[in-house]
Amino acid sequence: MKVSLNVNGRTREAEVEPRKTLLDTLREDLSLVGSHAGCEHGVCGACTILLDGEPVRSCLMFAAQADGYAITTIEGLAPAPGELSVLQDAFCETHGMQCGYCTPGMILAAQALLQRVTEPSREDIVDAISGNICRCTGYGQIVEAIELAAERLRQVNMPRSSANADNAPAAPHGDRS
Amino acid sequence: MTAHPPRLKFVSSNRRVREDRRFVVGQGRYVADIVVDEMLHVAIVPSQHPAARIVSIDTSQALTMPGVVYALTGEELAKAVDPLMNGLDTPKVRRYPLAVGQVRYAGEWVVAVVAESRAQAEDAIEKVRIEYEPLPYVIDAEEAITAASAKVHPEHGTNVLLDRTFVWGEVDRHFAESPRHLKFQVKWGRNSTVPIETFGVVAKWDPWREMLDVWASIQMPKYPDQISRALRIPANNVRVHHDVDVGGSYGVKRGIKQTVLVSHLSRIIGRPVRLIEDRLENMRAGDAHGPERLFDVEVAFNDRGIVKSMKMRALDNVGAYAGRSPFQLGKPIGAIVGPYKIESVQYRAIATLSNKAAQEAVRGFGQSPTNYAIETAIDKVAGALGLDRIEVRRRNFIRSDEFPYLIPSGTHYDSGDYHTVVDKVLRHADYDALVRERDALRASGMMAGIGIAACLEPSGGNSSFEPLLNEKNTTTTWMDSCRINIDGVGFVTVAIHTTSSGQGHETLAATVVGEVLEIDPDKIRIVRPDSLASLPSNTPVGSRMAIMMGGACYHAAQKLKSKLTQIAAHQFGVAENDAVYAQGNVTDPRSGKTLSWIDLVNIGHRQYHALPPGMDPGLETTHVMQVPTATKLPEDGRVQMYPCHSFEFHLVLVAFDPEIAKPQIRRYVIGHDCGTVINPHIVKGMTLGGIAHGLGATLLEEFVYDDEGQILTQTFMDYLLPSSHEMPDVEIVHHCTPSPFTVFGQKGSGESGYLGAPAAISGAINDAVSSLGISFSRLPIRIAAISDAIAAADKIKKG
Amino acid sequence: MKPAPFEYVRPGSIAEACELLAADEDARVISGGQTLVPMLAMRLARPARLVDIYRLPELNGIRIDGDVLAIGATTRQVQVERSAAAQQALPLLARALPWVGHPPTRNRGTVGGSVAHADPSAEIPLVAVTLAAEIEITNPDGVSTMPADDFFIGPMLTAVMPGDCVTAVRFPIWRHARVGTGFHEVSARQSDFAFVAAAAQIALDDNGQCIEAALGIGGVGDRAVRLDVSGLIGGRPDKTAIVELVRDASQVLEATSDLHASADYRMRVAVTLGVRALEDAFRDAQGGAQ
Repeated sequence: MKVSLNVNGRTREAEVEPRKTLLDTLREDLSLVGSHAGCEHGVCGACTILLDGEPVRSCLMFAAQADGYAITTIEGLAPAPGELSVLQDAFCETHGMQCGYCTPGMILAAQALLQRVTEPSREDIVDAISGNICRCTGYGQIVEAIELAAERLRQVNMPRSSANADNAPAAPHGDRS
Repeated sequence: MTAHPPRLKFVSSNRRVREDRRFVVGQGRYVADIVVDEMLHVAIVPSQHPAARIVSIDTSQALTMPGVVYALTGEELAKAVDPLMNGLDTPKVRRYPLAVGQVRYAGEWVVAVVAESRAQAEDAIEKVRIEYEPLPYVIDAEEAITAASAKVHPEHGTNVLLDRTFVWGEVDRHFAESPRHLKFQVKWGRNSTVPIETFGVVAKWDPWREMLDVWASIQMPKYPDQISRALRIPANNVRVHHDVDVGGSYGVKRGIKQTVLVSHLSRIIGRPVRLIEDRLENMRAGDAHGPERLFDVEVAFNDRGIVKSMKMRALDNVGAYAGRSPFQLGKPIGAIVGPYKIESVQYRAIATLSNKAAQEAVRGFGQSPTNYAIETAIDKVAGALGLDRIEVRRRNFIRSDEFPYLIPSGTHYDSGDYHTVVDKVLRHADYDALVRERDALRASGMMAGIGIAACLEPSGGNSSFEPLLNEKNTTTTWMDSCRINIDGVGFVTVAIHTTSSGQGHETLAATVVGEVLEIDPDKIRIVRPDSLASLPSNTPVGSRMAIMMGGACYHAAQKLKSKLTQIAAHQFGVAENDAVYAQGNVTDPRSGKTLSWIDLVNIGHRQYHALPPGMDPGLETTHVMQVPTATKLPEDGRVQMYPCHSFEFHLVLVAFDPEIAKPQIRRYVIGHDCGTVINPHIVKGMTLGGIAHGLGATLLEEFVYDDEGQILTQTFMDYLLPSSHEMPDVEIVHHCTPSPFTVFGQKGSGESGYLGAPAAISGAINDAVSSLGISFSRLPIRIAAISDAIAAADKIKKG
Repeated sequence: MKPAPFEYVRPGSIAEACELLAADEDARVISGGQTLVPMLAMRLARPARLVDIYRLPELNGIRIDGDVLAIGATTRQVQVERSAAAQQALPLLARALPWVGHPPTRNRGTVGGSVAHADPSAEIPLVAVTLAAEIEITNPDGVSTMPADDFFIGPMLTAVMPGDCVTAVRFPIWRHARVGTGFHEVSARQSDFAFVAAAAQIALDDNGQCIEAALGIGGVGDRAVRLDVSGLIGGRPDKTAIVELVRDASQVLEATSDLHASADYRMRVAVTLGVRALEDAFRDAQGGAQ
């Protein structure tokens, strides 16, 4: 069947079997291989993408179900070739990774948190990434990266360009639902 | 002792890890990202039985399924390939990528089906019909080593792969003379590192060039050699691509059987073939499982808690095949007394076959289980005497002025200052306050305990356990290499010769070369040539890369610096020693003349007439480095194992409700001394990640088989990896005792945290329940097991 | 780990969905897919056709209908978690939701999906049983409701018949002035399925006397069970009384044993957490700190 997906702001079409997951479609049909297969049964979070800005498992959705949403993959976060978003840069600053395999999903989970909450507590951060298993880091430097990114994003006083996904206006304070 | 550079500019500074840039944008290049034209996909038919004779296999229906290209059985494969290498001298324990004639564990790979897509291959494996005749099987290690047990490999005659007893020092006399003895048993459950990326491999055989190209998520010494041997093709027909990012390994990504399988399939089908294990294939029969070990320990000590001698029996259930896993009983021989001055040791190492999945190498290569047993012994000694557990450790520690210290089994420990590290940790944690906190928790009705572990991370990885456990093996070389080239425009490229699985080797190489050449590491290009263009490497096993790759880079850079200096000195008409190299330029202090980097590059590349007589043109150097201290074969069952020994001291406060019994780590402090740190970010990450692994091994993770020999934990719903919720904040207290055997004084850190966390966390739980007169002697310690034991103890008390 | 082939249909109305389901016994509803897709991936479920109801507008939403909070089947768990109306009307569900999976699975997972899958340790079915919610079922014959207690039959087993589609869950709202709730759970990791979960809701009158009480236990046996705690009504029970009552009431539980937790553990902890949930609920109703 033919599916039409809005991925990272572009409309992409693919011919897929109904049983093909969104993850496999992104990787195999759209060449977006930054989303990774870890367990393919919804536990590890390596395949996390954003669906209308919220993190979901792309291994637990079929491509056939994914039309009409704004899909964001890790490839959609960097503002320009060679340029990192504030969050991506913070992960580099604290070395919030080792092998890099869980990193795209981890960053997208964090991205969604920071869009919603401008001053996340440590518990907010831990909870937001609790569905993303990292086997390398023990999470310490990941939590530090997200704290650092939140702090840096708060320090940016001027209005942020809407072209930059990472710098999209954050939700008002206090929305910690 | 190597002279250390007076001041380090890049080494030990908090520089970014260069690999991270590509990972945060999703531009890592993992094996599953590699697409080769015309590539086919494999799915595997697993065995349903722990042991059964294969009566017949019918693939005819599978072959008619859409997209199916081939179905391969073990019988057909075995005619075309040699058995996979055994580490031990056990020629009748044969292993092929697919079961031949008999299955030996549930989940073992029986038939490989090749199709145009992975989904089609999975559709087709359902249509393969296999008739089995079930055979007796054995799951338990103690049962497996008895004469009456079912034999996993009947041709081998016994399930025992290895049974060696070493006696180092006067064990009998020390036991006879010691006023006190105690003995106990502990069990390390079958767990492993379980990377988030499963094992994957793509192989492409080109019959016209006679070349096998392999892309794989490997961390495996001598991988191309083993592939070529099994496939019976020349080793220079195997080209392994090292520019593949590996999504975590920590030891397990060995991939031999998978690679032989797909390479053979590519050879017979004439198209590239890939196998990316799915999680089920991985957990049942991939490179997934690790040590499962039963320890019987007896120690002889005096009233002051000084441990004079130890007897340890380690029985490891290695599963259905040998591979390298029995060697994991050998490596701990290099730190068999931990950080303690135990004068004599009797060590019996038994590796037994069973009808479980074969083990692979796991972070620490057997050291973490051994440390768990040693630390449990020290806790029990303290308990028996009513002494403080930390005080007993202090009394037994090797003192800082006693290094290099020769342990009974033949290894010299390089350096350390255990007492100081402990003091620093206790000060940092405010130990008295921590004890008060524990006691206050107890007073409030909680179970609370403090756990302690002091242990070593042997590092620098050589394979001395191979000749020690297998006399036919005479290997003493375990090298690593570096090549550096300054191109004609003056830019520096460094070649490293292995894959990485998150250890930051590109950062390591750039930092070291930048340090020596006094140039910006960020301007240095790091490349990973394929295996045919590579110098020898033994891959990042045994916490060796800071020492070995770092060492090779250092020496190659020193050679290059010397060459540049010689070129300038020749121009100045002075001796090399009289010219001064600084930041890429060379100066003659007497004349004040300077040749810049670009002048030197010009001479090196374009002005042969200006080179010193006899000097080769170009600016390229290589260094192949042998492991420091590894100079000879074992003698009398003694050997120098690894060159360097990092130290870690864990201090943990755990508390839990007596009924719910879910342990909560309230405080975790670790003192860590791995000598000179090359990149602090990397060492910190290794330590925290190692503690997370250790936490999993202690509380959550186990590959469990039921009485019918079926594996119960084959998904992430049952094999439980710690999440951010379970991981506590960890405070790291640093100390630096440089190693005298390495170029910057560095030691290894790739296994840090993992080597002591299980001992510390289990010790804390045992401290918490000690007032009930109970303790836990098997890992993982599950919530319900704690609660059930407390309830039973309460009943006895009341009843 | 790829699913067996299936057809995918996205009906335009619930009526059409029911017709599709009734016409084909190998058809199966998919909504958020957070439980179903792993079963498909492991080929533990292999429907010939998936009928996707996720986007049917009439199935999504939270509305107050007299003394009932009706949650449409495809309402995402995160929607309920963030709904002020749901938090106010159904504080017990609000307390339980953070224990459901992880944030990313709650973003996609639905209330109806959790109920329809009937995992014995799932939190939403537990709350439904505890509060005696009604499950709304639509089939070609029309719309009917069934008490949660009758709906859940066993592990992953419900009273849903071919052609049936769970279309809403109707939770009763307690209209008393002083309502308190308590929720406790233990699992190996915070996000895992519960070994034991306990949900309690209490209403007090102006004098602090208990006028309504509910306690449910999940994870222990093959489905969530509502315990008889009517003995609390009309009194101001102290801890000892609560313990005795819960201990007696829990006699009806039949605990299962597995790799992670023994039946004995589940039984003991059911009492412990049941008591704690009730104590929390009393404190909450009294307006005290948790």
